[in-house]
Amino acid sequence: MAMAEEIGAEEFSAVVARHRVQIFRFLLASTRDVDLAETLTQDCFLKAHRNWKSFRGESSAMTWLMRIAINLQKDHWRNRRMQFWRHARTNAVDMGEASEWLPSGERSAEQQLLARERVHQVSKAVEGLSERQRTVFLLRYMEEAELSEIARATGLSEGTVKAHLSRAVAKVRAELGGRQ
Amino acid sequence: MNFNEKAGRVSGVSNIADEPDELDEALTEFRLSVYAWSEAAYSRTRTAVVPGRRRIWRLAAGWALGCVLVAGGGSAGVWEHHQHQQEMRITAARVAEQQRLAAQQQLWQEDEDLLAKVDSDVSRQVPAAMEPLGQLMVGDETR
Repeated sequence: MAMAEEIGAEEFSAVVARHRVQIFRFLLASTRDVDLAETLTQDCFLKAHRNWKSFRGESSAMTWLMRIAINLQKDHWRNRRMQFWRHARTNAVDMGEASEWLPSGERSAEQQLLARERVHQVSKAVEGLSERQRTVFLLRYMEEAELSEIARATGLSEGTVKAHLSRAVAKVRAELGGRQ
Repeated sequence: MNFNEKAGRVSGVSNIADEPDELDEALTEFRLSVYAWSEAAYSRTRTAVVPGRRRIWRLAAGWALGCVLVAGGGSAGVWEHHQHQQEMRITAARVAEQQRLAAQQQLWQEDEDLLAKVDSDVSRQVPAAMEPLGQLMVGDETR
């Protein structure tokens, strides 16, 4: 019994080490708040740890963790007590924070400037998406998840995922088109 | 390809081939930015502030002062309550004494009134009883 628990704990530690960065990245891109993303990541793994025994491996551990993270994020914003902070954050956070982290690569200064501007536009468009559209969009284009994986992680049908994705891409395209 | 395999990939959005070039490029740049931002935020050094000795002393002094203030406030309240009770007792005793004196005064007054009434009654009756003697005295004078 104790042996089985030990193996379970080791397994879980390996899962945390493997997926922690990815979960944090998704939450950071969704919330655009480092502290909040860290808190939600911790909550996600705490919840996963509590329910680790009930994880049957029907989907991959990552999909299961992503589902927990999505639900935590939803709960967080749904929480009435956080409405004020949500409002304050929306007004205070710089919309294009991700653009400041664009690696310079082999580009000229002008190309870098243009690239930053593009990232800023995408960030702005992502911010304007509905919660569901944003989740689907980030899972697809940032985490490069397959539609079936997104469907499992969000609990939506593949058709619904496609529809949300299509609307999200249209909005991002419109934002980029408006810049030109 | 599952999530885990993709986690290692940083560039290239070949699975989004249908999108126009500029959108494809913008999404790649967006992803690179978020990856870099996330990496920087994830690996940033976190400092835990350990309270120094002076800080501990200050904290202890603050607590002690707080306790003294609370105890002082409490005992001042108790003392004030006690004083108030004392004053109430004194006032009540004074009022009772005044009432007792007033009642005694009234009794004396009643006694006085009764004696005065008896005196007046007696003074009105005695002259009638002494009438014959008075007449004798008048006869003597004429003589």
